Amino acid sequence: MISGAEIMVKCLQEEGVKIVFGYPGAVICPFFDHLYDTDIQAVLVRQEQNAAHAASGYARAVSKVGVCVATSGPGALNLITGIATAYMDSIPMVAITGQVRSDVLGRDVFQEADITGACESFVKHSYLVKNTEDLPRIFKEAFHIAATGRPGPVLIDVPVDVQENMIENFEYPEKVNIIGYKPSVHGHPMQIKRAMEMIAQSKRPVICAGGGVLTSGAKPKLREFSKRTNIPVVSTMMGIGVMPSNDPLYVGMIGSHGTKAANKTIHEADLVILCGARVGDRAVASPEQVVEHANVIHIDIDPAEIGKNMKTTIPIVGDIKNVLYQMLKSIDYSAPDEWLNDIRSWQENYRRIPEKFEGFVEPKTFISKLSSMMHSKSILIADVGQNQIWCANNFQVSDGRFFTSGGMGTMGYSVPAAVGAKFARPNRNVVAVCGDGAFQMSLNELATIAQNHLNVKIIVMENNVLGMVHELQDMHYGSRYAITELSNVPDFRQLAAAYGIDSACACSNEEAEQYAKQMLKSSKPFILICKIHPKTSSR
Amino acid sequence: MKYTLSVLVENHPGVLSKVSGLFSRRGFNIDSLAVGITEDSHISRMTIVADGDEYVVEQLEKQLNKVIPVIKVRTYTEGGFISRELSLIKVNCPAKQRLDIMKIAELMDAKIVDVAVNTMTLQFADTLERFETLTDLLKPYGIREIVRTGTVAIEKDSAAQHKQTV
Repeated sequence: MISGAEIMVKCLQEEGVKIVFGYPGAVICPFFDHLYDTDIQAVLVRQEQNAAHAASGYARAVSKVGVCVATSGPGALNLITGIATAYMDSIPMVAITGQVRSDVLGRDVFQEADITGACESFVKHSYLVKNTEDLPRIFKEAFHIAATGRPGPVLIDVPVDVQENMIENFEYPEKVNIIGYKPSVHGHPMQIKRAMEMIAQSKRPVICAGGGVLTSGAKPKLREFSKRTNIPVVSTMMGIGVMPSNDPLYVGMIGSHGTKAANKTIHEADLVILCGARVGDRAVASPEQVVEHANVIHIDIDPAEIGKNMKTTIPIVGDIKNVLYQMLKSIDYSAPDEWLNDIRSWQENYRRIPEKFEGFVEPKTFISKLSSMMHSKSILIADVGQNQIWCANNFQVSDGRFFTSGGMGTMGYSVPAAVGAKFARPNRNVVAVCGDGAFQMSLNELATIAQNHLNVKIIVMENNVLGMVHELQDMHYGSRYAITELSNVPDFRQLAAAYGIDSACACSNEEAEQYAKQMLKSSKPFILICKIHPKTSSR
Repeated sequence: MKYTLSVLVENHPGVLSKVSGLFSRRGFNIDSLAVGITEDSHISRMTIVADGDEYVVEQLEKQLNKVIPVIKVRTYTEGGFISRELSLIKVNCPAKQRLDIMKIAELMDAKIVDVAVNTMTLQFADTLERFETLTDLLKPYGIREIVRTGTVAIEKDSAAQHKQTV
């Protein structure tokens, strides 16, 4: 005989899960009790939302499904923001929640919340398990759904009696058969042929690469495609890292916070090749202006993204890696030099020199400098706010990764995501960059970092204001700083000391660079506080 | 414009809320939704009548296809399908008007399913247009209550050229 809880653990083992991030509670106890005997690591976070963010950071770093676990009611509800954040950024994740006994479901008992109902619009799929016998099939399906097609979070809600019930034996299904779920991964040959013809006729083509390129593992293929065809590349925020920052064919990030040259490129193009980009409002504010004089080839694994935000001339549904592979087999095209010269001249002309304030760190120059000190495969995780824009536009990537909450814009993402990423990649530099606002949303995770001796580096851009909104108030609200001032910011160095974490505080770029060197050398966690002038702009 | 979508789904609990929730949260307007088990007891069919332009219906199909228990989505083209709606109409009917209403029922092919001292209840299964004609005819007598199932539709065998999304 075997219990449901033991089955759940066995399912995780079958899926090759090495680590889960979670928080316990009464109705998830049977599961954690069985997990305790295995070599699957259970990491205790300090708030459930961070379990989901940590699972997200882990999933991104290893391109595998991240797992987070919480109890029923408040535990599950705290997960929601993390699950929704993962959903918006297409992160493969399985979230497991305990639930009250199935015979009292719906009676509003202690710590009961309808979590499958609450999460409906933020998950790729969800299960409320009614029978212990169903667990193996559901786990198999959940991991399959989370990782394939356009990845996303899947929720499994398991009542405590389903965990306790005993059944005869455990058998993990070998195959998944979900009749309504068969994502197409190969682009249609006819569509690819049409796309190639369209490329051949274009004079000013541009590739717009989104997060889907990284999810697909198509980075090398995309780099090859761009090199072979001489087609310049712009990226969305989620697509940062698709091209090396210093590649002559890489123009920069598009969007309301992107570079002027990249935006100009996409608006002047006669052909836009969208690769795994959903053309969110932050990436392209007015897609109708772009399509006025450009054809659009849209490659995406999710057919629902094609034509949703931008009119498409040629849709190609498939995995970008496969589609580019198919295209590379016969492509014979080179973008005209005039087009590239135009772009280069925009890049030159629109270069901005950041404004410096005496006695403060200039963050853009610093981020750029910091990336040159980091190993080439480092992971930089930006939080949300001005720090996100500073990082996105100035992090010099070669083979490293850039993680951020791109779609949802969830403040407090960077520190817990760094925890997950570090567990996934212990030998790489993992650096979280956040503002003093976001840091105070997630600093409870310093305890997790200290407890696990995690060599995570945190850079806190301290400007004593909620900078992004503060800037917005300067532009649109007559500089009336309604609830954006963070007066009496705690002494973060003392706080770090309380957790036994090393720290330093920089008031100039020279200091910041010197401490950053020290920070990256250290084998222990480190918090570097950079004093930023509150008037430092995002751009 | 009105669109009639036929959606085959796995017959699991929670599927209805997954599908109907999708409409409201993506801002699609829905006129009616009818659901019932098909010839295969594991599969249900939802017939959805929705209002919108071409963009809306394309998005609808695509978003519906993303719902995991959704097996197949079809938008029926005009003239290619037969649709019916069942309605029960309770109308004021004192004894002296009984014959008039029975005449209307006979004329419209509605069935009288209940007669009481002051009311009569008709059962009517037909198209939306015919339903409107019937209610127009009954209005002068005073309609007490109407209960409708929502439209169900089936494809005509001759209509091979349906629009299909995969």
